[in-house]
Amino acid sequence: MTISARLPGHPEFLWREDEPKASYDVVVVGGGGHGLATAYYLAKNHGITNVAVLEKGWLAGGNMARNTTIIRSNYLWDESAGIYEHSLRLWESLEEELDTQVMFSQRGVLNLAHNLSDIREGKRRVNANQLNGLDAQWLDAQEIGKLVPILDVTDRPRHPVLGGTFQPRAGIAKHDYVAWGFARAAQALGVDIIQHCEVTGFQTSGDRVTGVSTTRGDISFGRLALSAAGHSGVLAGQLGVRLPLQSHPLQALVSELLEQVLDTVVMSNAVHVYVSQAHKGELVMGAGVDAHVGYGQRGSFHVIEEQMAAAVELFPIFARAHVLRTWAGIVDVTPDASPIIGHLPFENAYVNCGWGTGGFKATPGVGSVYADTVAHERPHPLAAPFALDRFTTGRLIDEHGAAAVAH
Amino acid sequence: MLRIPCPHCGERDATEFHYGAAAGVDYPTDPAALTDGEWAAYLFVRANPRGWFRERWFHAAGCRLWFHVERHTVTDQVRTVREGAA
Repeated sequence: MTISARLPGHPEFLWREDEPKASYDVVVVGGGGHGLATAYYLAKNHGITNVAVLEKGWLAGGNMARNTTIIRSNYLWDESAGIYEHSLRLWESLEEELDTQVMFSQRGVLNLAHNLSDIREGKRRVNANQLNGLDAQWLDAQEIGKLVPILDVTDRPRHPVLGGTFQPRAGIAKHDYVAWGFARAAQALGVDIIQHCEVTGFQTSGDRVTGVSTTRGDISFGRLALSAAGHSGVLAGQLGVRLPLQSHPLQALVSELLEQVLDTVVMSNAVHVYVSQAHKGELVMGAGVDAHVGYGQRGSFHVIEEQMAAAVELFPIFARAHVLRTWAGIVDVTPDASPIIGHLPFENAYVNCGWGTGGFKATPGVGSVYADTVAHERPHPLAAPFALDRFTTGRLIDEHGAAAVAH
Repeated sequence: MLRIPCPHCGERDATEFHYGAAAGVDYPTDPAALTDGEWAAYLFVRANPRGWFRERWFHAAGCRLWFHVERHTVTDQVRTVREGAA
């Protein structure tokens, strides 16, 4: 008996490999978390099931596979609190919604303050969050030391811990399971998921976009919903639209598997460290973006070097951990560090982009809001403030403080 | 690490430089004459290509020269470098 005969067979696939049809009611470009969630909610909440999700690579292989899975809603402005808290509430019931495990763990997120201006900014944000009904708290250094014993809160480090904001309902989830859950649930409702299907151009007629050319043929549609993260600018460019986006490589890394030592997500905007420990045991750490525009999905090593130096200052026991692998995703950053959701300058084309370094947490929230916007052909109230025209009206939503690099 | 060929000092690590974003963005000659849309485009919209990109770099830890670089945003290959105003 050969070895292969004794091995178990391949498990059942969670989704089919669909062939593209000639026409759909809605074509979603981008098979990441946001695109899949959008397709799911189009089918589930709005009964629009003749939907295709086009993915140039494999399902959820872009930023969905490259982020640090942090989920929180403690943003400064009312508009941001609105959409991120909507998302956090959907996370809290997502496993029941999708009938799948996503390992959503509400272990709390701590944002450290290292200097006086961090303290002022943090306390201001806690106050703003509380006015928006969010579970934000301010903790002093002693309380932080009790919450995260491995964090050095003495006055020795170069980056002293003087306090921090804490959101207990925040946490992490297993990114792959989230994408797979949305893909399976969307497909069960009739959505086609078409992988290895890269968009090469669009057909327009007056102020309507009528079809898309792909590496797997031409597809026509009623409505177009772009959801392509770092490549949104490239896609919009094929429609002759220039978006206020700059695409940068953002890096992250994991350590080898370690005993559980950290049950809280710890972020420090000032020193560009954010770390959590996955259920399996790896330390998952996010680094900063490279300053220059880049699409290579590889970041500069010095960014990681600086981040590790700061991480070891804050967590002395990390000094002997080994880095297992590092990678980068391409993040599309807007001038005000807030996303763009809404109409493109075409009657039937929409865009969801500009989530920059923090789109994962928004996956169910923006999926539902974007689907609603596309279904009803008008902005959902939570999406309306994030329309593209805010850069012309000047009504920006400046989240650099709450987002920074560590979104 | 990305290496930037400074026209004055030669090729150095990118950590010696500051990034100056897209080249060829001139201050409008008559800003007050612009529409809101044109002003927004000047303030907020920059080229963001996947491919060759003309950008500005500043040799902050070297000769302090501002210069143009044409770099490929996927491969980081540099094609042309020249001194000159924005």
